[in-house]
Amino acid sequence: MKRLLVSFAMTAATLLAQWGGELRFCLRSDPKTFNPLLVDDEASETIRYLTGGVLIRVNRLTQELEPELAASWKISRQGRVITFQLRRGVSFSDGTPFTADDVAYTIRALMDPALHSPTGDSFRSAPGGIATNISAPNQITIAFPAPVAGLERLFDQVAILSSRSPRKAPPVLGPFVVARYTPGTEVVLERNPHYWKTDAGGRHLPYLDQIRLDIQQNREIELARFTRGELQLINTIDPEMFTRLARQEPALVRDAGPSLESEMMWFNQNPMAPLPDYEKIWFRSQNFRRAISAAINRADLCRVVYYGHAQPAAGPISPANRSWFDARLQPHGYDPKDALDRLRRDGFHLDSGVLRDRDGHPVEFSLITNSGNKARERMAAMIQQDLAAIGIKLNIVTLDFRSLIERISQSFHYEACLLGLTNYDLDPSSQMNVWLSSAGDHQWYPNQKTPATAWEAEIDRLMQAQAATVDREKRKTYFDRVQEIVSDQAPFLYLITKNSLSAVSPKLHNAAPAMISPQTYWNAEYLALAPAQLARNAR
Amino acid sequence: MTRARNLAIGLLALIFVASLFANFFAPAPYAAQFREFVSAPRSHRFWLGTDDLGRDRWSRLLYGTRISLLLAPAAALLSTVMAVVIGGIAGYAGGWWDRIVRRVIDVFLSIPWLFLFLIVRALLPLNASPFASVAITFTIMGLIGWAPAARIIRAGALSLRNSDLVLQARACGSTGPRLLFVHIAPNLKPVICAQFWIAIPTFILGEASLGLIGLGVAEPLPSWGNLLRELVNPRAVAANPWILAPLAVLVVVVSCFQLLLPEKEFAS
Repeated sequence: MKRLLVSFAMTAATLLAQWGGELRFCLRSDPKTFNPLLVDDEASETIRYLTGGVLIRVNRLTQELEPELAASWKISRQGRVITFQLRRGVSFSDGTPFTADDVAYTIRALMDPALHSPTGDSFRSAPGGIATNISAPNQITIAFPAPVAGLERLFDQVAILSSRSPRKAPPVLGPFVVARYTPGTEVVLERNPHYWKTDAGGRHLPYLDQIRLDIQQNREIELARFTRGELQLINTIDPEMFTRLARQEPALVRDAGPSLESEMMWFNQNPMAPLPDYEKIWFRSQNFRRAISAAINRADLCRVVYYGHAQPAAGPISPANRSWFDARLQPHGYDPKDALDRLRRDGFHLDSGVLRDRDGHPVEFSLITNSGNKARERMAAMIQQDLAAIGIKLNIVTLDFRSLIERISQSFHYEACLLGLTNYDLDPSSQMNVWLSSAGDHQWYPNQKTPATAWEAEIDRLMQAQAATVDREKRKTYFDRVQEIVSDQAPFLYLITKNSLSAVSPKLHNAAPAMISPQTYWNAEYLALAPAQLARNAR
Repeated sequence: MTRARNLAIGLLALIFVASLFANFFAPAPYAAQFREFVSAPRSHRFWLGTDDLGRDRWSRLLYGTRISLLLAPAAALLSTVMAVVIGGIAGYAGGWWDRIVRRVIDVFLSIPWLFLFLIVRALLPLNASPFASVAITFTIMGLIGWAPAARIIRAGALSLRNSDLVLQARACGSTGPRLLFVHIAPNLKPVICAQFWIAIPTFILGEASLGLIGLGVAEPLPSWGNLLRELVNPRAVAANPWILAPLAVLVVVVSCFQLLLPEKEFAS
């Protein structure tokens, strides 16, 4: 129904919109690369999204897969093989035809170990090569050495390269091409004259002639330019600015609901960490972790720090991820009495307002977070007051990001850490590096030789089981169980899930902000400017 | 000029007393979060409104002033003593000692202290209490802030060493410590005092700058540095002008310290 309404709105708006014009918005930094296979930063991802043609696209609004350059596809041999039927009559931006050779060339380049492609890493399910077989000019089969869970979704990130065109200015299959890049100033994209899509009326897409991406780090300046009408959208806006803008111009702001970004804290459970033994005992206790979780008022964090534009988080998967979110999970409730009960079960007791363990050590620990992140610093200050209410002294330490990463991944010299998490990939297989006990990003105790606890062993087993099958129902059952264990054991205390906030000019038609990235320009080929904006651009 | 100095002394005394007895004047503890009154405007209950965590700004200003005003002079004293010892002996002794000290001063003046500060802060024990962290912050500033003063004191000592006054004292048989402490040191007093008074506002502003990038005093302890962080948002300032109060107090205090500089120093 939602999809139908959006389609209707787009069609209606299209009638009002005109072809042409320039859309302007900001990138927060220079793109690190224009090679779509090497993208690992937000600015480069924006360029890839707007210029790259992909075989399959995840619709950001419905989160369903949609055919793009592949007219259809079929997965066989338990997720080891995928066969694409390619769309006919498609050309690159330089006019050369798109064929199965281009897909084979892209896959070979993507999986070249010398390239170190971050996108290619997602396809590496097991050691061994990936074989491509072109059975017809518009049909290609790709075979993997082992099943790849959520295989088809991974192709959303793979922009197809041309096997015949020059390397210096490679042609693209997406709606726009890079026309000009001035470092530190702007990237200008122009419409791809050979783009294959047409709208319902048969008009060639995209509607826009040009997209100008101004490189602007300062978010205040970005907001000021947006309110002056110089920019037509802000893809993500922080809650404080959102609230301010909403007071001035309520029609300009859009809250699309929970995003994929969450904030969490965890305790250092690494037995080799240079911490006193009694602290290690605290941190390894499920009761202690759950008590801390119960003592934190998540509703206040959402209301005070995020101005109401966040939700208390229940687990590792945000409600924005409709396919994998476990709706049965509830956020840990704020209950200081329950917190103290749990602590008493572990021998803790209150002594003149100070919580002490069974050996009399006062409960005091530090929480590290990165300096300069105002929201995180405010959350830490609120957690400090919440924990003080149950007799725990929390010391907040803000560190520059490199020092923080060094502590949590190398020296393990920290007690608790507060950081954020963004899942760009919706599929749980992308989180293997977090949940497997042997993984480096298993933050509370990374790189374990054998699972330290029975519940971590169970998570290992479930994650491997979900990755080894293509049965969607089975995978969901396995991963739901992982989420339940994580919620129960609380190795990560999930605090809040931020809402997806953006600002869109009413002069920009067909914008339908989504919960997942890119929130506002996911349907860039359908975006159109109102006649008034076109006249302003012309001036 | 005397009237202005008297006014400066009076204002400083008033601010010192108000901050020293913050427990009496502050209506709320500096860390108390009134979460139902976040970013509240000025009222009878909250004289300067509340910050973005619902903490009473007036109470935090009083406690923050106490911290900055007590620790900045302490750090200034530390750096001045170091400057007197290192710069004074270099100027008096001359020779290889002077050459070494000059090079060390040059090196200290050329080091990007902000980055060094980031490293030092990262190496500090994690469980330092907020008060320990603020004391460490000012101590580090004191330990690294001696070089500019040492250069000036060295120059003063060098010029005195070659002066007729010292020549006459030597001719009368004065040597070593007597020459240093009886003849040279008293003549350096105005320079030393000036360096001390200049260092106080420098350290106050230094802590404020560190606070602006989140490396100053740890939460929940207030200081002028972390109070001034609210001014980063110019629109918030326009909407709530009373958040300028810490800046106003800082300007008044720094101006008063400048007025307290010895008159000789002004003349030079």
